[in-house]
Amino acid sequence: MTFALPDLNPVLPEIFVLGMTCAILLIDALFKDRDLTYPLTLFTLVFAAAITVFTSVPQVQFTFGGQFVDDAMADVLKLMGYFATLAVVVYSRPYLVERGLYKVEFFALALFALLGMMVMISANHFLTLYIGLELLSLSLYALVALQRDSAQATEAAMKYFVLGALASGFLLYGMSLLYGITGTLELSVMAQLLQAGGQDQMVLAFGLVFLVAGLGFKLGVAPFHMWVPDIYQGAPSAVTLFIGSAPKLAAFAFTMRLLVDGLHPAVEYWQGMLAVMAVLSLAIGNLAAIMQTNIKRMLAYSTISHMGFLLLGIMSGTFAGYTAGMFYVIAYVLMSLGSFGLVVYLSRNGLEAENIDDFRGLNSRNPWLAALMAILMFSMAGLPPFVGFYAKLAILQSLVGAGFVWLAVVAVMFSLIGAFYYLRVVKVLYFDAPKPDAPVYPAIPDVQALLSINGLAVLMLGIMPQPLITLCTYAMQMTLQ
Amino acid sequence: MEFTGYVFYIFSAILLLASLRVITASNPIHAALALVLAFFTAAGLWMLLEAEFLAITLVLVYIGAVLVLFLFVVMMLDINLEEIRKGFWGYLPAGALVGGLMVVEMFMVLGGKDFGLAEPVAHAADYSNTKELGRLLYTEYVYPFELAAVLLLVAMVAAIALTHRKRGDTKPLNPAEQVKVKKADRLRMVNLKPQKPEAPKGDDE
Repeated sequence: MTFALPDLNPVLPEIFVLGMTCAILLIDALFKDRDLTYPLTLFTLVFAAAITVFTSVPQVQFTFGGQFVDDAMADVLKLMGYFATLAVVVYSRPYLVERGLYKVEFFALALFALLGMMVMISANHFLTLYIGLELLSLSLYALVALQRDSAQATEAAMKYFVLGALASGFLLYGMSLLYGITGTLELSVMAQLLQAGGQDQMVLAFGLVFLVAGLGFKLGVAPFHMWVPDIYQGAPSAVTLFIGSAPKLAAFAFTMRLLVDGLHPAVEYWQGMLAVMAVLSLAIGNLAAIMQTNIKRMLAYSTISHMGFLLLGIMSGTFAGYTAGMFYVIAYVLMSLGSFGLVVYLSRNGLEAENIDDFRGLNSRNPWLAALMAILMFSMAGLPPFVGFYAKLAILQSLVGAGFVWLAVVAVMFSLIGAFYYLRVVKVLYFDAPKPDAPVYPAIPDVQALLSINGLAVLMLGIMPQPLITLCTYAMQMTLQ
Repeated sequence: MEFTGYVFYIFSAILLLASLRVITASNPIHAALALVLAFFTAAGLWMLLEAEFLAITLVLVYIGAVLVLFLFVVMMLDINLEEIRKGFWGYLPAGALVGGLMVVEMFMVLGGKDFGLAEPVAHAADYSNTKELGRLLYTEYVYPFELAAVLLLVAMVAAIALTHRKRGDTKPLNPAEQVKVKKADRLRMVNLKPQKPEAPKGDDE
């Protein structure tokens, strides 16, 4: 019995993050010093980014017998994941301290969730894909429930848990059917076998339905979107910030690995399903968001519509579509981090800045914060010259290029409807009188600095989108060569 | 049909009936016990497939540990059955329609023929299923195996984060403090002068 030791170089970032998370748990338990946990978490994220950059090679690397894949797409998405987690940790610190949630568990669970995302991003096997997903989901369920004395948060966690378990069941059933007809769990091998043909097409389509339904749940696209608004609203804002940002990268990677790396030969089956889900999400997300008064709920519906847009990119089944999808998800994570980050930042002194009303006349109180929020809202609405505009444009171009002109028309129509509720927030910020007891927020320097960088990045990437476009194109080229 | 064939059908029939009881039993205790039966027959089926290790694990872990815990919880909780069963008949037609459709679809789509399953080959008597599983788990599948371990760690962290709390009304023991205790902490030597007890005063004197 011989066994070649797997090449551990590509897995170094994962090993480092796991080791550091365990170390943080132990150090916190030993020294009971929260001031050590926070910098250690930041150090982990920065150092993991450095490792990812230094171990990055242009070729696609497989290890652990093809269960793990390291390619340019994985590296870019992981780097973005570190940044998103870092921003979440920085933004939410004052919020957590004020509410007695500033505990090692928050940091440890966030890092475990990040590890789950990294595993998903680099998965080339149904097993790793699924375990990564569960690692992410389990950490998120616990994070939502972390605020134990809040009935709302507990209810949200319960809903998330039950629906998440259901979605996992769907995914597993679909995976088992595909395993049944191909006899392999490895995604790249599955693609080759399906390319060669000979499988029962009916079973393939049947299994795909379950896979795509499970995927829809996890992405939070209609008609599997019911959990999104409740969880976004019920969870503590700091956790909403996390759920709303970094996991979207993993969800994109999950979809790409599953449908493009593994099931590309079945593109004609999943294309139709994705198109239906995308159009429904655009419709439900944008229309339902108009009626919301709670900004977290409004942003939740906006997430649904954004995920619909993302699906449109993947759905086109072309190289341009995948690149556009990657650009879109990175842009969306930046915007989502900024907007939820501001909600968290303004939730101070016992006040939860949850309602759109709480933002009334922010310009007269904190003009810089109002400007940042306005930039983010404009970008989400897809107005030039912000990054959201280029993200939407790239998706539309790929759709037209692949011959789905009517889908592009539908997408533009719903984006126009969506612009209404984003612009309403801007109107509230600038043209409404503040409530008489509305506070003026003193700046928390580190948080405000990162928020400003975040907001300005959305602006700068909109003015000069070329570097990011080049990066995404390069990553996709290297990955799908 | 060979003998194992009969065994298979008997086990399958019991498994199906038991599973049906799990979801139809009106008493949650009965449902949990039916689940025990279902797991047990499933273990029997796995045994027929020569998957001894999995079969024994199913019995030990699921029946021995998980379901016993389950029964405990069900017995301790005060479950209001009326509340759970409310609206059952209202939802039944729609549920039955969807469920029935799914069954018909699955019956039409999924059959053994589609999966290219070959007759399983019986292994020699000295073949160890457990050893093979162990070899695979610790070599080829070491990555998902380790990740599964991380998953358990997350579950532990989450469970502690969600349930551990400092309560004011309990007086927990601290063994570290207890063993460090010195004589001086507990015992105070008092120098008392011998005294003459006062003569008892009684009313009868």
